[in-house]
Amino acid sequence: MALELKEVSKKVGAQTHIHPISLTLEPGSFNTLLGTTLAGKTTLMQLMAGLEQPTTGEVWFNGRNVTGVAVQKRNVSMVYQQFINYPNMSVYENIASPLRVARLAEGEIKLRVGRMAELMKISAMLDRRPSELSGGQQQRCAMARALVKDSDLILLDEPLANLDFKLREELRDELPKLFAGRDCVVVYATTEPTEALLLGGFAAALHEGRIADFGPTVSIYRRPSSLTSAKVFSEPPINTARVSVRGGKASLEDTVSWSAPKGLADGTYVVGIRPYHVSPVRQSKTDAVINGIVKVAELSGSESIIHFTAFGDDWVSLSHGVHPFDAGVPASLYADMSRCFYFDTAGRLAGGGEAGKAG
Amino acid sequence: MARITLDRLKHAYMREPRAEADWALKQLDLEWEDGGAYALLGPSGCGKTTLLNIISGLLVPSHGRVLFDGKDVSALPPEQRQIAQVFQFPVVYDTMTVYDNLAFPLRNRGVDEATVDKRVREVAAMNDLTAMLDKRARGLTADGKQKISLGRGLVRTDVNAILFDEPLTVIDPHLKFQLRSKLKELHQRVATTMIYVTHDQTEALTFADKVVVMNTGEVMQVGTPEELFDQPRHTFVGHFIGSPGMNVLPCEIAGGSAVVAGCKVATANKAPDASGQTEVGVRPEFVSFASKGIPARVGKVSDAGRFFIVEADCDAGRVRMLLGEGQQVPAGSVHLAFDPKATRIYVDGWLAGREAGA
Repeated sequence: MALELKEVSKKVGAQTHIHPISLTLEPGSFNTLLGTTLAGKTTLMQLMAGLEQPTTGEVWFNGRNVTGVAVQKRNVSMVYQQFINYPNMSVYENIASPLRVARLAEGEIKLRVGRMAELMKISAMLDRRPSELSGGQQQRCAMARALVKDSDLILLDEPLANLDFKLREELRDELPKLFAGRDCVVVYATTEPTEALLLGGFAAALHEGRIADFGPTVSIYRRPSSLTSAKVFSEPPINTARVSVRGGKASLEDTVSWSAPKGLADGTYVVGIRPYHVSPVRQSKTDAVINGIVKVAELSGSESIIHFTAFGDDWVSLSHGVHPFDAGVPASLYADMSRCFYFDTAGRLAGGGEAGKAG
Repeated sequence: MARITLDRLKHAYMREPRAEADWALKQLDLEWEDGGAYALLGPSGCGKTTLLNIISGLLVPSHGRVLFDGKDVSALPPEQRQIAQVFQFPVVYDTMTVYDNLAFPLRNRGVDEATVDKRVREVAAMNDLTAMLDKRARGLTADGKQKISLGRGLVRTDVNAILFDEPLTVIDPHLKFQLRSKLKELHQRVATTMIYVTHDQTEALTFADKVVVMNTGEVMQVGTPEELFDQPRHTFVGHFIGSPGMNVLPCEIAGGSAVVAGCKVATANKAPDASGQTEVGVRPEFVSFASKGIPARVGKVSDAGRFFIVEADCDAGRVRMLLGEGQQVPAGSVHLAFDPKATRIYVDGWLAGREAGA
């Protein structure tokens, strides 16, 4: 039993926030909505929850048309970026509140709250008020309340965005485990590609109110169906350049050339190559040499991010080790073009893609 | 511009601090060179904002002194310290144009209009704001507004330092990436002392020449990004820096060497006299599969795109390792090897003994 959007769109005044979207999310699946601010993530979640009504289209749940059914009658839980708790209740009562509304027996409530608090590592804080907790603990409390009842649909709108970097890392690691074995549909909005990848499951790349791609997160990352999807799914941003392909050979402004993938038709393409496939150190004889001017080199102690301009465009290289460069100097960078994507003039993937297999 | 010295600085918000925990800031002595790029890095509540407020003059330290170029400024209010600040939320005048926003700090100080115009145009060019100088600030996006805040910090030529308090927290990742490198580029160009407060290791490490890592009011380590990655002086630094952070495993000491899960492990340092809690630290980047070594079982493998995070459980606990694209992960029972040059012994959290050359 799944959540289905059938040609769902949302207009506010003259502005289209969501273009018609059809999407099926399977029960027991973990789905991320990946996109920048204003891509439409929150609006799409509100449409899924029933907090907003679609301008056109229908929302189906468990094989039933729920378009127009109030959110209170849908068995939905939501967690927002801003942690929301009842300030005058203890942590225990905060977590217990949805179970009290559902009129569960006291023993059952105690059992469930205890189990959820343990999972969220806030067992020792159950008697305190939310204001006495750290930010991370407050968000755990809000999450525990959302997860304690058996919702059919759980929506998490950038729940970790306001937390410290390290805390985010920890909670991100724990989160998918909480849903293992449940048959609810989970939807998680984020602006960060790496977060989407580490959470696993399925991903929808959202851009300007449209879904650019949907599928298993790793597959989309390794084989984005369009240039838009590749851009949404790259951080640092993916490098792009216009190339021409003739007789199995690709060339960039007649100065750099390399072998094109077998079977790629002659023509003009935009190639996309991720920053970690562009290195200040030559990795292989077949690497394409990109000559550019360094804008700035960011050295993090274990990695180097080199921003440079080449062929009139901004490029980024991300590599292991410490590779200092002065600003304004010419530099040669080495691109492993066997890893690049080829997009046709309409922006659709025409060839290339990554292998990258472990496990 | 100024050299900033923190001299036996301590701070307690309560009147008579007794216990360790009473100090919001434990004693620190630091010297920041004129024109350097520095970061204060730590989790919420570590004391980094307290320290920033002491430097800007919003807070008078209960003990110790703050010196600008050798002059004691501890009791001076912010407006007499010639400090520019950029906050988490952009502070701009919505009804003013971008031009007037940038000109504001100069006009406020009675600078003549010809100089104002010259400076505003210079700073606008540096921040890619030239095209929008005549626009009102109201309609701009968060990153556009933050560029104005940044520009206002840079427009004065008489500032001793620019302080940044989590300036990129509310910015989207792809714009954050641009703004971050912009900031680095600007620092290299203007060479003003800059102090950047953040909980985000990537921002701190890519921006600063030297990073001050703090936890519970205490400075854990001051070092270059490379030093913090290669030689963490405390397990907290090892864990807090790096993603995932350093593996920290309990160990026994036999003849000065570490024994992890019954296996002897070669390390960069020795622990001749190991009383206290002894642990071994090794970053995920320096763990590999081997034919012999610590027996472990492979668990979860996470695909992060450009690398894989592999979890392997041994008798001493969970070990995380990073593998590059295309590397094979054996299933089930494996042996783990730690690179001796990157493996260290810690006693009660702190790096044991001394290393050659350290």
